[in-house]
Amino acid sequence: MRRRVVISGAGFATGLGLGRDALWAALVEGRSAIGALTVVDGAALGVTLGAEIKELSARDVVPKHYRKAVKVMARDSEIAVIAASFAVRDAGLVTREQDGVAPTYPAARVGCQVGAGLIPTEIDEVASAFSTSRDEEGEFSLAKWGEGAINNLQPLWMLKYLPNMLACHVGIVHGCEAPSNTITCSEASGLLSLGESARVIERGDAEACFSGGAESKLSPLGLLRLISWGRLARGEGEARGARPYDPDSAGTISGEGGGILILEDRESCRARGAKAHAELLGFGAAHSARSLSTLAGRSGGELDSTGLAYAIDNALHDAGVPASEIDAVVPQASGHAPTDRAEMAALRAVLGARASSVPLVTLTPALGELVAGRGGVQAGVGALCLREQRLPARVHAGRPEAGALAGAEPSRPAALRRVLVCTSSMGGSNAALVLGAA
Amino acid sequence: MTRRVVITGLGWVTPLGSGLEGVWSRLLAGECAIAPVRSFEAGTFATNFAAEVRDFDLGAFMPEAARHADAPVQVRFALAAATQAWRSSGLEAGRVSPRRLGIYMGCGEGPPLFEPFARSNLRAWRDDERVCDPRAWEEAALDLMPLEAELAQEPNLALAHLGEAFGCQGPSLNCMTACAAGTQAVGEAFEIIRRGDADVMLAGGAHSMIHPLGMTGFIRLTAMSRRRESPGTAARPFDRTRDGFVMGEGAGMLVIEALEHAQARRAPILAEVAGYGSTADAFRITDIQPDGRGAQGAMLAALRQAKIDPREPGPDGRPRVHYISAHGTGTPENDGIETRAVKGVFGALAPQIPFSSVKSMLGHLIQAAGAVELMTCVEAIRTGWVPPTINLREPDPACDLDYVPNAARDLRARGGVDVCLSNGFGFGGQNDCVCVRRFAP
Repeated sequence: MRRRVVISGAGFATGLGLGRDALWAALVEGRSAIGALTVVDGAALGVTLGAEIKELSARDVVPKHYRKAVKVMARDSEIAVIAASFAVRDAGLVTREQDGVAPTYPAARVGCQVGAGLIPTEIDEVASAFSTSRDEEGEFSLAKWGEGAINNLQPLWMLKYLPNMLACHVGIVHGCEAPSNTITCSEASGLLSLGESARVIERGDAEACFSGGAESKLSPLGLLRLISWGRLARGEGEARGARPYDPDSAGTISGEGGGILILEDRESCRARGAKAHAELLGFGAAHSARSLSTLAGRSGGELDSTGLAYAIDNALHDAGVPASEIDAVVPQASGHAPTDRAEMAALRAVLGARASSVPLVTLTPALGELVAGRGGVQAGVGALCLREQRLPARVHAGRPEAGALAGAEPSRPAALRRVLVCTSSMGGSNAALVLGAA
Repeated sequence: MTRRVVITGLGWVTPLGSGLEGVWSRLLAGECAIAPVRSFEAGTFATNFAAEVRDFDLGAFMPEAARHADAPVQVRFALAAATQAWRSSGLEAGRVSPRRLGIYMGCGEGPPLFEPFARSNLRAWRDDERVCDPRAWEEAALDLMPLEAELAQEPNLALAHLGEAFGCQGPSLNCMTACAAGTQAVGEAFEIIRRGDADVMLAGGAHSMIHPLGMTGFIRLTAMSRRRESPGTAARPFDRTRDGFVMGEGAGMLVIEALEHAQARRAPILAEVAGYGSTADAFRITDIQPDGRGAQGAMLAALRQAKIDPREPGPDGRPRVHYISAHGTGTPENDGIETRAVKGVFGALAPQIPFSSVKSMLGHLIQAAGAVELMTCVEAIRTGWVPPTINLREPDPACDLDYVPNAARDLRARGGVDVCLSNGFGFGGQNDCVCVRRFAP
């Protein structure tokens, strides 16, 4: 008998605020966090717009004894730690962060699977050390670096930037000793992490998991890396960026943030008297047949859509839900036109004619491209749609291709039983979840 | 009803070479691949030696290597290792349905171009304010740091290359759990097949951190040996005088497969994956739980799944586990705690189990280590030999198990090797263990 998995808590840290209520209210009102960037000056890279988190401090949410560790947290880790803290409260779980109260589950029964990206080092930090490694001409000297300048880099420098530090910090704060993992599959990282968490609970290796992802590319090196993917709107294109399914969309717009969800064994969740937001009915993953064409400089125009179609098909099959029962989709909707075209083709392959009548919940125009952070947010919003029986507003929509229900629209109530969440990725991994009303 | 999972193909690229049997015999002979770094000018670095893969040419492994000319070094290692594994498993197009063929990598990030990065930073550095001017940095970066070199650092590029090269359309994932990633990738791939989400998985790890920034990171963490005067004996796991690990590079790839799928296509069955355990220390970002609780938990979970009682000898009087491939980094902290953990799991039987670290010869392949080391367990089962821990001359009183010091051991007269554990632990408190067993229908 397969154990069933629910989403019992959701925590977000995005440009639209911190916590579940802030994000949901903003999405329902139809606000977008995309605006002039202030946390990074990307002008020389042609990047002036983004969806940034104005105030971010993990110090405010970690237990007092762990505040010192915030100094060695990269921005990505801070986002994950903040989102996790909101998720725990939302789920009504007690973890060891709370002194003097018995945790809901022993640490050995709590897992943590987090999607992460390659964390860009802060340039001031390394440049300060490099500045001590110049030869007489003022040029960088590798010999001087090795000889002693290297010691001007803080000892824990590398630990700050390891991708698994997101899961590690969350695990230390909340006590997660069951299976833990860090998935690094660019935009698919978050949904793949959620799928793996679901499997961990299903097979009995944990009662609950922290799951989702977080990422920030809003730094000079981060933006440079995102530009190297060939998906970002830059320069004059920025004004036409992040318009999902619009053939004229000039690329995506960078955001930052993430979502950490609490996945929990359904029976355990019920037994503690908690009400879940939604049930995770099925998970599917699949690889794109022509995955090399997802890499910048290699694409021959169109991207493969079969990988995403297979991932969705696998998730539906896993859920035992026919495509005809999908009431809404929370897709990637990145605004990178080739990716969007392939996504619509995949949705049409699976949903058939219904692809043009199923509402699409497009989050990129509101939150920017969150990369590894997107899966936790997409799935969390999907769960909230089911919980609230409502669709958020669609904003900043441009002119979507015919047959994509993605035009601008205010939030509206909707009878929803099954929601599909999906994404493709740079690299060729595709993932999908089917969520059901709890 | 969950399915049985077997290993049907092996391939690696290591500092001791790339042929399966050649590397295995060098390991049994106690050869060491550690020498001064050649790939960059490391002369002034506190650690200036490593175990490098030399004279590697992807074209020698796959005819279509030109399609992957822009792949970063660790992806080329992975392609070569996977090609060997694929061939040895007898797989070819048509023998597996693409949608049932997945890939789970523990691939690390690609090497950054260090000097262009350093120079970009210096161009933007303002000595008076002690900050970088971001616009100056960006202009310098666009000038000095090619975008392709940034893209090449993405850790999931191995999926893009291997997925297309081998026609995978099943689940594809890449994990980064530091030094545990290779073990974890194989373990999670095993779970994917066991549950029925794929029939065949390419699984393993690949990494190279032998570049200035990688060496810098570990030097600052004081995790690497500084025995510059004698690189060949610098990696000395479990020795009283050990002073850190030595960096290696390479890839290990396995073909793992649902038993019935392997049988139906008459594939060579090399061993069975019998169990997998994964835990987190959730302790500190820098330290391991001193009691080795997390490591114990991972071993116990793998053994539980394999239905092996670690404290009960087998009918032949031997412990039921015949060999443990240690994480055995050679850092003062790891080796003592791993020893304690093995004792915690096996109790009085622990001293009877050969427990060695091939990192003494190959160096630490970081995210690839776990996959390569798991492969040595399969080779131990196949040959009845276990590899040594070399450079173990002065026993550490806190490390008092059987580390197979300095010479490989032939266990055939004692009944061979039927069951092995492979440990992989990572920074951040990640613990993984895979149990492999001689296949018996």
